[in-house]
Amino acid sequence: MKSINNIFKEKQHVLSIFFTAGFPNLEDTTKIIAELSTNNVDFIEVGLPYSDPLADGPTIQDSSQVALQNGMNLDVVFEQLKTIKDTNTTPLLLMGYLNQVIKYGEDKFCQQCKDCGVETVIIPDLPMLEYKNHYQQLFDRYGITNVFLITPHTSEARIRKIDALTKAFIYVVASASITGAKGEVSQQQINYFERIKAMNLQSNLIIGFGISDKETFATACQFANGAIIGSAFIKHLDTNGVARIGEFVQGILE
Amino acid sequence: MTENKNMKSKYQPNKNGYYGQFGGAFIPELLYPNVKELEENYLQILESEAFKKEYKDLLQHYVGRPSPLYLAKRLSKKYGATIYLKREDLNHTGAHKINNTIGQILVAKHLGKTKIIAETGAGQHGVATATVCALMNLECVVFMGEIDIERQAPNVARMKMLGATVIAATSGSKTLKDATNEAIRYWIQHPETYYLIGSVVGPHPYPDMVARLQAVISEEMKVQLKAQKGKENPDTIIACVGGGSNAAGAFYHYLEDEEVALIAVEAAGLGVDTGKSAATSQLGDVGVIHGSKTMLMQDAYGQITEPYSISAGLDYPGVGPLHAFLHETKRAKFMNATDKEALDAAYELTKIEGIIPALESAHALAVLPKLALKKDQVIVVNLSGRGDKDMETYIKHIEK
Repeated sequence: MKSINNIFKEKQHVLSIFFTAGFPNLEDTTKIIAELSTNNVDFIEVGLPYSDPLADGPTIQDSSQVALQNGMNLDVVFEQLKTIKDTNTTPLLLMGYLNQVIKYGEDKFCQQCKDCGVETVIIPDLPMLEYKNHYQQLFDRYGITNVFLITPHTSEARIRKIDALTKAFIYVVASASITGAKGEVSQQQINYFERIKAMNLQSNLIIGFGISDKETFATACQFANGAIIGSAFIKHLDTNGVARIGEFVQGILE
Repeated sequence: MTENKNMKSKYQPNKNGYYGQFGGAFIPELLYPNVKELEENYLQILESEAFKKEYKDLLQHYVGRPSPLYLAKRLSKKYGATIYLKREDLNHTGAHKINNTIGQILVAKHLGKTKIIAETGAGQHGVATATVCALMNLECVVFMGEIDIERQAPNVARMKMLGATVIAATSGSKTLKDATNEAIRYWIQHPETYYLIGSVVGPHPYPDMVARLQAVISEEMKVQLKAQKGKENPDTIIACVGGGSNAAGAFYHYLEDEEVALIAVEAAGLGVDTGKSAATSQLGDVGVIHGSKTMLMQDAYGQITEPYSISAGLDYPGVGPLHAFLHETKRAKFMNATDKEALDAAYELTKIEGIIPALESAHALAVLPKLALKKDQVIVVNLSGRGDKDMETYIKHIEK
């Protein structure tokens, strides 16, 4: 598996896709990764389905419910990822909620990530203060990088602090919103992206939340190193199945 | 209200909102500015003369405080002890919840907020929030689980009559936990709103702020016991715990008085080991729920378990971080009562004292038969609410 930072060196604009592990079927996780990889997605966020996903909209909530009913859990997903560790070259990130990590055991979680070749995690309810006080040393010990989110309401001073802590990329949340497609990018959002771009941060920037198609992806790429698409992909997957993942990705990249 | 401000006790949270290992603020970045704004301002507001005057004035003339401390003679005789009831059921809107909403609505006004959101389980907090929003002419949106909307219809009607918009939470178990999730998601999307949390849960500073606003309960108890009994301290205080706001208020000024036994009563539902329970201290372990590190009910992979209780105000899968700390340090004793025990306690109080308690409060009463009591033992049971909202349940079960 390549490192995410190598991807940023190789390409000017990257496309990342989020999906929920275990959706639509328990055994789809590795198939989805293979399809996304074949279709030149640059890195993949594997969502760990959670009962109470506070930052997620209805699409990801529903996919999480289905995945949990399918029997997905952390042990299953780690086993699945281990089977493709030697064959998959596309970087994988895990995205889940802090309670899952605490209950699983923080050390065990990090060790499992390491054993699967996962170097980067996104935990939306782990804020900077708690990260620094309780998790930074642990993650460093296992060589795991945490991705922080910034929003239109994050102050410049706080963005600078987050920038200093960032090793992979900053997740630029496109609007004051939970996950899910909004259709288009507003002038207000563009002003916000320009403001962030003008800060000349050391970190790579990836825009997410509300990026859904070729147009919104292209807009995001004007201001950042790339973008993440989640809910729109899950909807496509739900309607069209794993076999037609290529159509979705090519529709974005063509 | 904030007598303890200069006393850095172990029962007060540290600057990051921790009671021992419990508390903190585990929130998505999207909520950071809102929570930070509140954290930076709440103590200053609560301790300002303007706030204190208005809060006290409203509690006295609008809510009807102080609530009576009533010596329940027949109940005392029955259980062979001296049992007082702290009559939060006599407050305007029928429960302790209004102590908090009066305080927080003043905080919201100080922060210049014009739109209020809230979650509710039994509907008592929703009614108390809709009430203060009507009083202050502020827009109010209340999130309530779809199942709770069905089982607490009178409170839904009250909220609507008070001008609130009630939004059904249809995700998950469709009860309090999910109403809270929906309220938080709405807050993320409408950061200009003020989230008026109803219990000692949520990210710091909510648990501390709500505890301080409910602390009026124990502040009055001290004065009333002194007047009636000649001493401020009872031997035992009993309160029910869902999230834990009425218990936090009833315990607050006694936390330092280690000789006062504190008993927190959780809802056992059909029984702690039946899989249909809400007894978090018995069934839960450490985790994060609704922005706070605390005790919560979850499976082996950290998926939050759907709790059960006959009482809509107690079926929450966590407890506030203060209570997790009181449990861990054994400062409070955690007991529980089943649906049936609570119903029996409610019928008993109704018959021998002429008081119909809320189902939540009936859980606190239900542990009286389980305690080895002495005649001169002074007990205060926090009667957190009245039973009007539960009449349908009471009628249904009394016929059996």
